[in-house]
Amino acid sequence: MGGADPAGAAERVHRGGGVAVTESLLVDALFWLFAVGSVLTGYRVFRTDSMVRAAFYLLASFAGVGGILVLLGAEFLGMVLILMMAGEMLVMAIVMVMYMMNPAGLNPMWMVHQHRVAVAAGVGAFLVLAGLALVADFPDRPNPRPEMATEQLGIELLGDSMLVFQTAGVALLATMIGAVAIASRRGRYGEADEGSQEPPLAPESDARR
Amino acid sequence: MTLEAVLVVAAALFGIGVYGALSQQSFVMLIMGLELMINAAILALVAFWARTAGGNPQGQMLAIVFMTVMAIEMALGFALVTNVYRVRRADITEKLRRLRG
Repeated sequence: MGGADPAGAAERVHRGGGVAVTESLLVDALFWLFAVGSVLTGYRVFRTDSMVRAAFYLLASFAGVGGILVLLGAEFLGMVLILMMAGEMLVMAIVMVMYMMNPAGLNPMWMVHQHRVAVAAGVGAFLVLAGLALVADFPDRPNPRPEMATEQLGIELLGDSMLVFQTAGVALLATMIGAVAIASRRGRYGEADEGSQEPPLAPESDARR
Repeated sequence: MTLEAVLVVAAALFGIGVYGALSQQSFVMLIMGLELMINAAILALVAFWARTAGGNPQGQMLAIVFMTVMAIEMALGFALVTNVYRVRRADITEKLRRLRG
């Protein structure tokens, strides 16, 4: 979508002092398709009987959001979100098959607690945030050249925001090292679960073991 | 596609994420709830970038930082699940009555 786009340029209209992009029916239809799809699949994540299916429903929800990001002009972020989440959800599906007592959802699964409180909190969060979105008066300054978004982001990443970008990289490296250290069976001072067992009542009882 | 419509979709995703994070017993399902909430935050952020920030690239930069946070949360969550499973043979929150030792 980068570069000159005569069709897109023809669609641009002047609105007030700035330049805006006319909303086509196709964009609207795609937006609602992605929006309804991502919300429904997001809901199905917690209502399906299979944990592996739940992971793929979450991936579908992320793909819908990625599609909306592309429609908003953030093509790079949208595609990165979809690709990153595809890998992440595959890892999640494997982790589920490895650890879950109910392997891959072969049995019916309904593992919830404090359900009414959770439903109330979820509905309450939605109503408050949606109400704020509808009531608040946000400034209307649309992106003047959405087709240049990826180029602008590249210049920003390797320019003014280089330090932020590098800090994110270092944080990811520290996370990888920390995750391996936490998940490792053997730590520096012995087995990973050492210290998590109940201590003996008296020192001599330890010697008698 | 208006800013308000995108924000309402983000609010719906956030609400579902709150429900999932609070209601699920399984650690991995709980992580999924958190992921949905961060996803909603990214959507709202990009909507603000596209519709109110005049295309300022720093808005996209912030979204990339959010994605980093998402990856960090996921990696540490799985590492903790691995450790908890190894020590306690537990995969649900009810089996962890205490976090000490």
